[in-house]
Amino acid sequence: MLTAFAILIDGLVYAAYLFIVAVGLTLIFGVMKILNVAHGSFYTFGAYGAATAIGIYFDRGLPDAGGFLLMAVFAMILGLAIGLILERGVMRLVYGRDEVVMVLVTYAAFLILEDVVILVWGPGSYATYQPLLAAGSTEIGALILSNYDLGLIAAAALLAAASWWALKFTRYGRLLTAVIFDRETAAAFGINVTAVYTITFVIGAMLGALGGAIMAPKIAVTLGIGVEVIVLAFAVVAIGGMGSIEGALVGALIVGICRAAAVHLVPQVELFVIYGVMALVLMIRPYGLFVRAQPRRI
Amino acid sequence: MFNRGSSRGRAPAWSWLLASLLGLATIPAQAQNAPSSATTIKLGIVSFLTGPAAAPFGIPGRNGAEVLIEAMNAGTVPAPFNKVGFGGSSVEAKYIDETGSAANVVTEFRNLVQRDQVDAVIGYISSGNCLAVTPVAEELKAITVFYDCGTPRIFEEKPRAYVFRVSPQSTMDNVAAARYLLAKKPDVVSYSGINQNYAWGQDSWRDFTGAMQVLAPKVTVDKSLFPKLFAGEYGAEISTLLTSKSQVLHTSFYDGDLEAFLYQEQARALDKRMTILATTAEAAMWRLRDKLPDGTLIGGRGPNGPLAPDTEFNRWFKKIYTDRYSIPPTYPAYQMAMSLLGLKMAYEKARKGDAKPTSDEVAAAFKGIEFEGPSGVVKLAIGDGHQGISETAYGTYRFNKTKNEPEIVDIMRFPAECVNPPAGVTADDWIKDGMKGAKC
Repeated sequence: MLTAFAILIDGLVYAAYLFIVAVGLTLIFGVMKILNVAHGSFYTFGAYGAATAIGIYFDRGLPDAGGFLLMAVFAMILGLAIGLILERGVMRLVYGRDEVVMVLVTYAAFLILEDVVILVWGPGSYATYQPLLAAGSTEIGALILSNYDLGLIAAAALLAAASWWALKFTRYGRLLTAVIFDRETAAAFGINVTAVYTITFVIGAMLGALGGAIMAPKIAVTLGIGVEVIVLAFAVVAIGGMGSIEGALVGALIVGICRAAAVHLVPQVELFVIYGVMALVLMIRPYGLFVRAQPRRI
Repeated sequence: MFNRGSSRGRAPAWSWLLASLLGLATIPAQAQNAPSSATTIKLGIVSFLTGPAAAPFGIPGRNGAEVLIEAMNAGTVPAPFNKVGFGGSSVEAKYIDETGSAANVVTEFRNLVQRDQVDAVIGYISSGNCLAVTPVAEELKAITVFYDCGTPRIFEEKPRAYVFRVSPQSTMDNVAAARYLLAKKPDVVSYSGINQNYAWGQDSWRDFTGAMQVLAPKVTVDKSLFPKLFAGEYGAEISTLLTSKSQVLHTSFYDGDLEAFLYQEQARALDKRMTILATTAEAAMWRLRDKLPDGTLIGGRGPNGPLAPDTEFNRWFKKIYTDRYSIPPTYPAYQMAMSLLGLKMAYEKARKGDAKPTSDEVAAAFKGIEFEGPSGVVKLAIGDGHQGISETAYGTYRFNKTKNEPEIVDIMRFPAECVNPPAGVTADDWIKDGMKGAKC
């Protein structure tokens, strides 16, 4: 019973982390049909931004809640800036090109941004554990849970609810849905698709940065964290379906629970299970769980 | 070209030009083995300068090289290493970042040897990179000294001619870990492990569990966890350990993984439930400080850092390093220092007159040498005289709140022949065979 409960909680924590990172990626793909490799850089910048904020704020005797807010806001401001520079400066020049070209451009951007991180923050790693330890823990039987992890689950749930509400009940959400469904028809109806692209890309960047900020207290913030997370995010998005936010949520839950179960019960397959699940889903639903095959447009 | 002179057997002019050019082209290929004037010795130093392994390993290793080479060039290293540079020739170092795929690393190695014409390469932290570079070093006949990677496989797979490793292999770390654990916690009933899922982590766990099986067969293994290298998130692993019955947790985690794991486990009080045995934590203790739990059983990949013997040589090295970098040297810096000293000794032994010795001469001189450095005495006694063994030490970590600095207490030393396999026997076979011949 305790093991089952542990698997559930661990699965939810991992799913929350994956969802926060993957939702921005799937949003950008859904609207702009770009597989954005530079999304890993948004995550990295968010983590480094949070590390900077933690270094400024914590250990000064100020209320912890302010520190959590500062981390998130600082990271999202970085995400906004980087997203805007990348979209207006680079991406808009290659819209309409072949998809492989778009992927290569985002990969080039990713490599450049990794070097920008070294220029700004240096090659060393940053320890930013203060929010994690400040949050404390909760004991349930033999299991001790980190309150930070429980907060992570709540944050992901809030983000999922906010995304759903924004898409369904706001004007921008409806415009976005129209562009996702059919870009050309949306443009023909007078929707400013270029503005939608810019706003979507920037929101995706801010969400990626937020993911990095949230994870920063749990990891050693260092180069290479973006690479690790982008591979996982791709797997989640592939399972859920490119462009589907509810798909990203379900994909994250499936990956999280399966991985947690593997670690507890069969640790030898832990590395394989994420990609095994992805392969299984794609065999049955080649476009992911929530996306149907689209007829080719001539 | 087709005149009468040519028909009578005289070579045309263009063929002489071609032969001259071909002759000139062979000179670089022979440079490694042709005696040459020894005004400067060029070394390639390869270490992680960026990425997660930089701060705890790569940069201390690089710093160790930098400060020791400066001392060598000034002739201020304690005797018998007090000759300037290598045998009177100053040493010049080129530093290369080890970050990148194995293919990148091998390319950089070839660049150092073939393009930059270095006299030797000292480097490599990743066991994967060491395994990739070894056959290339042998192919190019390039003197190569691995300074940190721990896999025993390098000299067990086949004999090597030009590759050396002064630093002891990881088998020593884990056999000593088992001995220290059983000395300090003789009542342990079961233990678990969390190690990175690649050569280093797998070999570490194999050697540790093998040693425990020989020394305490009734102690059982509970959980064997192998998360991905640089996974970063260990929530499920920590839950698994919290719900287990283990009293001890073995880990060979290093750098970012070790730090992330320790922060996450402290948030959930895992170290209050079980003792952590961290074979490489010495490299992180000055960074982690009071975040490394008191009571952690700690290793330093040999007698390095606070585990090093209290000798004049060690005190000298600690002083020059701390004066320069404002932090005491950790084990990568010691390993680099010992590797450089070993190469210097071999070079000076091989050198005759002013000419640089050839790679073959240096290799012959390097084989089987024994010397004392900041980490104590090391002898290249196994791996056909290419692999070093030394004593080692383990201790218990404590953060001294009065002095506000980390320290290691309850130090136990293990002789080299107690924790290293004898010559001619692989590490795995030695452990499986009950560690026959171990002299403790």
